[in-house]
Amino acid sequence: MQITVTVNGTTYTSDVEPRRLLVDYIRNDLGLTGTHIGCDTTSCGACTLIMDGKPVKSCTILAVQADGSEIRTVEGLKRDGQLHPIQKAFKEHHGLQCGFCTPGMMMVGSALIEQNPRPSEEEVRWAISGNICRCTGYQNIVAAIQAAGRELAERG
Amino acid sequence: MTTTVHPKTSPEVGGIGHAVRRKEDDRFIQGAGRYLDDIVLPGMLHMAIVRSPIAHGRIRSIDTSAAEQTEGVVAVITGQMLAEHNLAWMPTLSGDTQAVLATDKVRYQGQEVAAVVATDPYIARDAASLVFVDYEELPAITSPQQALEPGAPVIRDDKEGKTDNVAYIWEAGDKEATDAAFAKADVVVTLDTHYPRSHPSPLETCGALADVNPATGEATIYLTSQAPHAHRTLFALVAGLPEENIRIVSPDIGGGFGNKVPIYPGYVVATVASLLLGKPVKWVETRTENLISTGFARDYHMHGELALTSDGRILAMRASILSDQGAFYADAQPSRFRAGLFHICTGSYDFGAAHVTAKGAYTNKAPGGVAYRCSFRVTEASYLIERLVDNAAWKLGMDPAEFRMKNFIRPEQFPYRSPTGFVYDSGDYHTALREAMKLVDYEGWRRKQAEGHPEGKLYGVGIASFTEVVGAGNSKEYDIAGIKMFDSAELRIHPTGKAILKLGVRTQGQGHETTFAQIVAEELGIPYTDVKVQEGDTDNTPYGLGTYASRSTPVGGAATAVVARRIREKAKKIAAHLLEASEDDLEWEPGRFFVRGTDKGVTIQEVAFAAYTNPPEGLEAGLEDVCYYDPPNMTYPFGSYIVVVEVDPGDGTWKVVDMAAVDDCGVRINPMIVEGQIMGGLTEGFAKANMQWITFDEQGNCIGSNFLDYLVPTAWETPRFKLGATVTPSPHHPLGAKGVGESATVGSPAAYVNAVLDALRRAGHPVENIDMPVLPHRVWGAIQGVAVKP
Repeated sequence: MQITVTVNGTTYTSDVEPRRLLVDYIRNDLGLTGTHIGCDTTSCGACTLIMDGKPVKSCTILAVQADGSEIRTVEGLKRDGQLHPIQKAFKEHHGLQCGFCTPGMMMVGSALIEQNPRPSEEEVRWAISGNICRCTGYQNIVAAIQAAGRELAERG
Repeated sequence: MTTTVHPKTSPEVGGIGHAVRRKEDDRFIQGAGRYLDDIVLPGMLHMAIVRSPIAHGRIRSIDTSAAEQTEGVVAVITGQMLAEHNLAWMPTLSGDTQAVLATDKVRYQGQEVAAVVATDPYIARDAASLVFVDYEELPAITSPQQALEPGAPVIRDDKEGKTDNVAYIWEAGDKEATDAAFAKADVVVTLDTHYPRSHPSPLETCGALADVNPATGEATIYLTSQAPHAHRTLFALVAGLPEENIRIVSPDIGGGFGNKVPIYPGYVVATVASLLLGKPVKWVETRTENLISTGFARDYHMHGELALTSDGRILAMRASILSDQGAFYADAQPSRFRAGLFHICTGSYDFGAAHVTAKGAYTNKAPGGVAYRCSFRVTEASYLIERLVDNAAWKLGMDPAEFRMKNFIRPEQFPYRSPTGFVYDSGDYHTALREAMKLVDYEGWRRKQAEGHPEGKLYGVGIASFTEVVGAGNSKEYDIAGIKMFDSAELRIHPTGKAILKLGVRTQGQGHETTFAQIVAEELGIPYTDVKVQEGDTDNTPYGLGTYASRSTPVGGAATAVVARRIREKAKKIAAHLLEASEDDLEWEPGRFFVRGTDKGVTIQEVAFAAYTNPPEGLEAGLEDVCYYDPPNMTYPFGSYIVVVEVDPGDGTWKVVDMAAVDDCGVRINPMIVEGQIMGGLTEGFAKANMQWITFDEQGNCIGSNFLDYLVPTAWETPRFKLGATVTPSPHHPLGAKGVGESATVGSPAAYVNAVLDALRRAGHPVENIDMPVLPHRVWGAIQGVAVKP
């Protein structure tokens, strides 16, 4: 089936098998390997990307379902050579160790703070409760997302 | 003991003690890490594994024809084909054998039976489902107790003359002295507990991409490996490939936690497939494959006893272990120690005698026994003693903190020889516990507990004061599959004063690219940002045993310090030449030699340039060296964790309302990274205490084969942690550092469990034990005094 999707500002038209998962399309067909696969059951969130403004788990969406949509992946966080506040905050607050969950965490986190730049700790924990990190214990991830929100808010 | 270490270098240089931000983060935050599944090679094929759906059965036949006829399938590989190359079986890290692809029997659900190689991963999986295997099902053995019953079916009938299911028998300590001490005891406290089967489940599963050059036979094998050098040697020994033709590349690793220490059948089959087909072959596990077939952890059935005086002194300890090894004995551990370092189970306490016996049984479960964020069974050991000590205090009517203080090894007793033969290098256990009590406000919580919870819930306070043993070797006592447990560092200072440090260890998120650069910065004054750290490629790094059991800083870190000091010695000669002074007149300050009493000096960068452009006569050009460090002893990190919980007696649920963790890992190279390691470990400790386990039904079906059934904590469940530190340097480590990556996983589970039990006991429920995970129905059953299903 032919699909047209816009990923990080570039529009792609591709022929895909109806059963092809969006995550495989993004990783293997478009070569955007920053989006990861950690489970097959929508549990871990490593494959999270932003589709039409909402964070979604791309391992449980078919590529054909993304037809006509606008997608943002971790590779699209940086704009005009400037890191997104969430990228800077994850480094500053030691919000990552092995880095495998990090793109998914940052995509969820960025979606949250773009709606609500001053989330409470509870709100952050709830927002990322669909994302698993096996290294950090989450405390620094929460701090990073809150700090990024503050930066975003101060920028206005 | 101190609580702070003041850095000697400037923040720009970033030596020891600076919480500099991690260099590796720049690629990870931009999605530019390169993990195994991100690597694509021209002409690459994809492999899927056909696995046994049953736990125990004889293979009658395998029909591969439908799979072979599928368009896009290039090959179907069976055990029979491997047997022709003598590769159907491989050695495990514990000196046992393991089937690569089953030829005779399957021995656990999920065991590898065949592999399909295709042009596309979807096709490979489709075709794998078309391989038809006819099994004669045999009764499954799902517990070690069942395995040791007389007449139990022999799982390992592949082993000649094997008539039972015993995997190993081992003991440590002094039985006679222990028996004598027990004979004098006023009180004996016993505990039977099962440390349940768990799985490290790093977020990135295991995988391999094998690329064997059809013309030269050179094999480049990309591997999710915590120990690439050891794996290269094992590949050479197992597959009979010449070692110079094998290059293992361990790319960015998405977490390991011990899961990526063993060699798995998939690695071997992918390599054989590439060898046979002349094309690169990639194999990446699904999450289910990871959980049902690769290295599990724990699964120790433990019996412990403490001999006590009535006034609260420990006299001796007995422990006996029955371990569930699964179908192949594959613990990743030093070969002399059949139950790993479990005999550290005397913990932080000073008493005269201990005796430990251990027996392992084969069962129809996946093999493994890996050290999941743990140094070779130290987690089980720490759990047993910390639970026993808590029960002892309870039985004697003493406060658990007071009981611990009374029995701790005292600071002046170090180095301390434990009753099972370890020599603890340094410690100050009393201070660590006092600091933790202050941090959590122990007395305050005890008061609140006595006053009662405003909503009728039950407060409980639990302590664990662990001692770990990490950083293997020395090489005399410790080896893995015969390879001695040293580790290495090669440091090259370039002419412009920048450096590359090549290590035998392999980071999986621990921050080596920053921490090890900081060691060079400390020793040579070269800014950590100017030091590139390279690991994981066996062609480009010196030989080492890898990263697990918290050994990178104790061994690889020591090697880095030593090699940097050797380079400083050579640099001094060059500096003397440049300054036209005698070496004896030179002094060192971070980054610079100067002539004593003058302002005449040269920087390390100027020296580096001269090493290549203007070396003194009689001195070899260049500024590089390599060190293979053989540690004189292990390091013994320790700490005290205190957990406060709130138990709802109505439904048995509990949550952590406060937690303080005071760790002493000696000198902290990067305090931020150390704290990150501790918070991660505290979370994994909580996971095991609260929710995370793998069980099997009576047919041997794995329950917990995905993240819907195998519960790992998210941010929502995970407690908040307060961290504290004491610093008691290791006397034998060149930097005074100890390992830290696993302390919190090792130490914390008992603190959570002790807290829940404390809540129940202080509310008048005399509960001896609740096994982990401390699930609500178990707590409720304990309160009600009724038996509940496990």
